Amino acid sequence: MDDIRICSEALDVAAAVRQVTCPEAGGIDLFLGTTRAEEHAEFGALVALEYEAYEAMAVSEIRRLVAGARGRWPVIHCVVWHRIGRVAVGEASVIVAVGTPHRSEAFEACRYLIDELKKIAPIWKKEVYANAAQWQAEKR
Amino acid sequence: MRIVVKLFANIAERAGTRQVELELRDGATVGEVLEVLRQRWSKMTWNNGLMLAVNREYADAARALRDGDELAVIPPVSGG
Repeated sequence: MDDIRICSEALDVAAAVRQVTCPEAGGIDLFLGTTRAEEHAEFGALVALEYEAYEAMAVSEIRRLVAGARGRWPVIHCVVWHRIGRVAVGEASVIVAVGTPHRSEAFEACRYLIDELKKIAPIWKKEVYANAAQWQAEKR
Repeated sequence: MRIVVKLFANIAERAGTRQVELELRDGATVGEVLEVLRQRWSKMTWNNGLMLAVNREYADAARALRDGDELAVIPPVSGG
């Protein structure tokens, strides 16, 4: 089963693991992306990232990626959850979890999904610093 | 024909709106709409490498639009 969501609530890692766990999945790989602390020379400390998505298209693009992953690896269950709104430093913005029969294909499918999501899903982040904010698309 | 244009992230913020409705000649292309938008907000900085989507699928500039289409202007993405 695939569970793809764009949501504004905190991401529940344990729930994601439960969702991809089953007797046939001998390998479960979970990628968690979090807001990393950073210091900007001009703007000060990073406080949070604010995410925005073109939700309907983000879901359909991720669904296409999952279909692509299923064509290459024996994915049994798959979770892709991405948060929108404000994600403070240390909090998770994205979970990709994959259950497959063996570990190597779990690693590969999971990596493929997060790498491609970052390239094509219509989702944007704004970096909120102590003294200013900037869209990553206009970064300086 | 009438289409809806959706704007996002830095582009929406700069334009001061997230949605515009446009009246166009039949058969107008995605590229022509982008030109109309650039003229309407001519003082605004538009990203290089903008992507476009029609009805929630990526489309190229030559794509002809139909009445009721939803065109999205997609600035460089940064999810994850």
